[in-house]
Amino acid sequence: MNAPVSIDAKSNGSGGYLREHLVVIGNGMAGCRTVEEILSRDADRYTITIFGAEPRVNYDRIMLSPVLAGEKSFEEIIINDQSWYDDNDIELVSGDKVIAIKREAKEIVSESGRVTSYDRLLIATGSDPFIIPVPGHDLPGVITFRDLDDVDKMLSAAGKGGHAVVIGGGLLGLEAAHGLHLQGMNVTVLHLMPTLMERQLDEAAGFLLKSELEQRGQTILTGADTAEILGDGHVTGVKLKDGTEIAADLVVMAVGIRPAVALAKNADLEVERGIVVDDHMVTSDPAIMAVGECVQHRGAVYGLVAPLWEMCRALADQATENPSGYAGSVTSTKLKVSGINVFSAGDFSGGEDCEDIVMRDASRGIYKRVVVKENKLIGAVLYGDTADGSWYFDLLKTQEDISDIREALIFGQAFASGDALGDPDSAVAALSDNAEICGCNGVSKGQVVACINAGAGDLDAVRASCKASASCGSCTGLVESLLAITLGDEYGGARAETPMCKCTSFTHEDVRRNVVEKQLKSIPEVMQELHWTTPDGCSSCRPALNYYLLCAWPSEHEEDPQSRFVNERMHANIQKDGTYSVVPRMWGGVTTPNELRAIADAADKYEARLVKVTGGQRLDLFGIKKEDLPAIWADLNAAGMVSGHAYGKSLRTVKTCVGSEWCRFGTQDSTGLGIKTERMTWGSWMPHKFKIAVSGCPRNCAEATIKDFGIICVDSGYELMVGGNGGIKLRGTDFLCKVETEEEALEYCAAFIQLYREEARYLDRTAPWIERVGLEYVKSRIVEDDDGRLKLAQRFLHAQSILQKDPWEERAAGKDAHLHKHIAEIRPFAVVEAG
Amino acid sequence: MNDAKWIDIGPVDQLLTLGARTLPVQGGEEIAIFRTSNGSVHALINKCPHKQGPLSQGIVHDTSVTCPLHNWRISLLTGEALGEDKGCVPVIPVKIDGGRIYIDRAATLAGVM
Repeated sequence: MNAPVSIDAKSNGSGGYLREHLVVIGNGMAGCRTVEEILSRDADRYTITIFGAEPRVNYDRIMLSPVLAGEKSFEEIIINDQSWYDDNDIELVSGDKVIAIKREAKEIVSESGRVTSYDRLLIATGSDPFIIPVPGHDLPGVITFRDLDDVDKMLSAAGKGGHAVVIGGGLLGLEAAHGLHLQGMNVTVLHLMPTLMERQLDEAAGFLLKSELEQRGQTILTGADTAEILGDGHVTGVKLKDGTEIAADLVVMAVGIRPAVALAKNADLEVERGIVVDDHMVTSDPAIMAVGECVQHRGAVYGLVAPLWEMCRALADQATENPSGYAGSVTSTKLKVSGINVFSAGDFSGGEDCEDIVMRDASRGIYKRVVVKENKLIGAVLYGDTADGSWYFDLLKTQEDISDIREALIFGQAFASGDALGDPDSAVAALSDNAEICGCNGVSKGQVVACINAGAGDLDAVRASCKASASCGSCTGLVESLLAITLGDEYGGARAETPMCKCTSFTHEDVRRNVVEKQLKSIPEVMQELHWTTPDGCSSCRPALNYYLLCAWPSEHEEDPQSRFVNERMHANIQKDGTYSVVPRMWGGVTTPNELRAIADAADKYEARLVKVTGGQRLDLFGIKKEDLPAIWADLNAAGMVSGHAYGKSLRTVKTCVGSEWCRFGTQDSTGLGIKTERMTWGSWMPHKFKIAVSGCPRNCAEATIKDFGIICVDSGYELMVGGNGGIKLRGTDFLCKVETEEEALEYCAAFIQLYREEARYLDRTAPWIERVGLEYVKSRIVEDDDGRLKLAQRFLHAQSILQKDPWEERAAGKDAHLHKHIAEIRPFAVVEAG
Repeated sequence: MNDAKWIDIGPVDQLLTLGARTLPVQGGEEIAIFRTSNGSVHALINKCPHKQGPLSQGIVHDTSVTCPLHNWRISLLTGEALGEDKGCVPVIPVKIDGGRIYIDRAATLAGVM
């Protein structure tokens, strides 16, 4: 690297031969801090020599980000300048890397060939950036972000403008991206994990961070796995495993750091992940100590600054014969990432003995989550507002019992320590009159109370008169507390509408309305904007949200397979023994000898244990193994068949009778109309399963009067029936109207389905939905409003133009193959990895 | 690397967030490996204590999985049924090291004849 430079090296001062010689390998924060600590305890104890690989004095590595961002100069981040070394008689050998430790001789050898003997040696080599060994990783233009030389390289590259790709969406990577963005480069961050900074932040906070950085103009790709760095002579781009190529004039590798242990390892010191030290920071050789990011203490390796200070103190105590011991650190991370405050501490992975308390303030971009276990705080994540980070961290370290302040805990120290202990009502009572209650409509506590005193006796009345809680609804709890405080016993209690699930106070209707009004397009976005109280929802709300988003934004929706029930994720019906049943679609219940042969062959080939005719006029193959599903689908596809969606909250079957083509009573071509109806509606996702039938005459052999949508052909046209159900609670259809042509019947069918899709609650069949909203309402939308009906039908057909596709074909072609494969197999005593 | 205590079953990125994969054990019980939203990985015997439903096919949320057959909620940490339901499924110790998943050899092979 650089030629060895010895900056004003001083020989040992007077009397040096009487002192022990302490040699420090590493001129970074840990090494120099330890020396400072030793000097402050006993300045005359050692003759000190510090070796540094970088050709400069000791500086604050954490502040490299502001240097890159152009906010600080190198001079401003120097911790100890040359005069500090001079004043303390420290010899600094900079730019000369130590390459070997000879323990028997108690000597070290540096790159320049210099041999230095020691009485005590301190290893403070820190950590090395981890380079992912993809092709092209050594091309010019690929750099790490670890020292000032790296920053200089980035600044000179940024001076030419162009594209920068940062690999790694952890703290370091985001800092590099921020700096390069401020320096005028087009920046893309590639992050392997699904959310940014997943070690420090939970999913919700990671999502907020990503949105914020994207708004500032950076491109963030998560789940991005780098395959190759492209370029001939100099980097030109990055290629991902999925084939995407991104142009790059500069690539910064910031995927992580590793303790720099090579020196210690070659000297046969005990090394695991880091250099193993005891509580006094002494290695397996009593004459050698180690400190900082290169060490492993009680199994832990630290990459943060706070533990480092504690280690330095313990080491200095030991080195000055006054051992105190280091007991490990509970760490917290309080950071400004690209100017955004984030904080995390402790264990925020959650668990059933733990309770999450979550507060989200969408308008101010704030997310707070504290994790409580057995009345003690065990973890916290803060985004946007980290003012209470140190207070939470203190509660966490002291393990104080927080049961007295539990209700107010999430509001922070000022709130919890005030008079408002315990009861949320009294917490609200303690707010000043001009405290804002409703952020959407700017309504203060005083205004809400005035409106309650003026006669608004319940939530709806408050919403109607002063608009508080009338928009997003997140302050509903506060308004209800104000009603309770102001009215006392006269208050009739909170409203009876049931929320969607225990993760939210919003009803299904509230959520659907907000999804559209606020243009929410992903599940994390809904959870943040609507103040979800759990980090990632539950098995009840996630499938519902996935459906609501799909329904509201058919062309933009990104499917979340993890939020689908198993049958919809696997595109087959799970059976009690864990195998699946497979039902190919038979349009209108009509099949051909070729299809039947293919089904019979598939039944043989995949050892179906039962073939059953279903109630929906098709064939069901039982006992198919998860691993065989893509293959059986490929075989059925090859015979022209597609998924029957017999497993989905979706259009199931269109049952028909043979109609006028064959039946002496038939009045219309019910089979033909059934097939047209099925071709139009198949593959559409719904709030629940949806069945259609078309009967050719009022004898109704297709049982259309217990279907969600039924058509009964008569001589003069088609009678349309809705809301039937043959399940647990039998319900005959209601008569919707009569139409004259097939085209009309199809349009009414599409419009009815779309109304149900847009307005029913997830997992509502049409029967309970119609009972709730009333047949008159459905008629007013479908029969009486010609324009509205047409628009509903058009929206349905638009959604179908995007979402109507055969999932079997996609899976047979290899999509989501991991769902059908084991991760590995264990055959005692071998492991076979999946391909 | 495999050793006496741990078996390496592959890279952690084979598991989607909030997803699960299966690990058949010849002569023993199939294991389900789960990944939570914060990236932690857990393993249970792939059988709901209720009616032996394949837990690997359930919806993962927080640190629990909901069984696909009858919606029992099972803790990924303790294997116990949560809420009103009673029952427990064995937990297999797991660790992540260097981006790879390791499962406890003894617990994995516990049921092998």
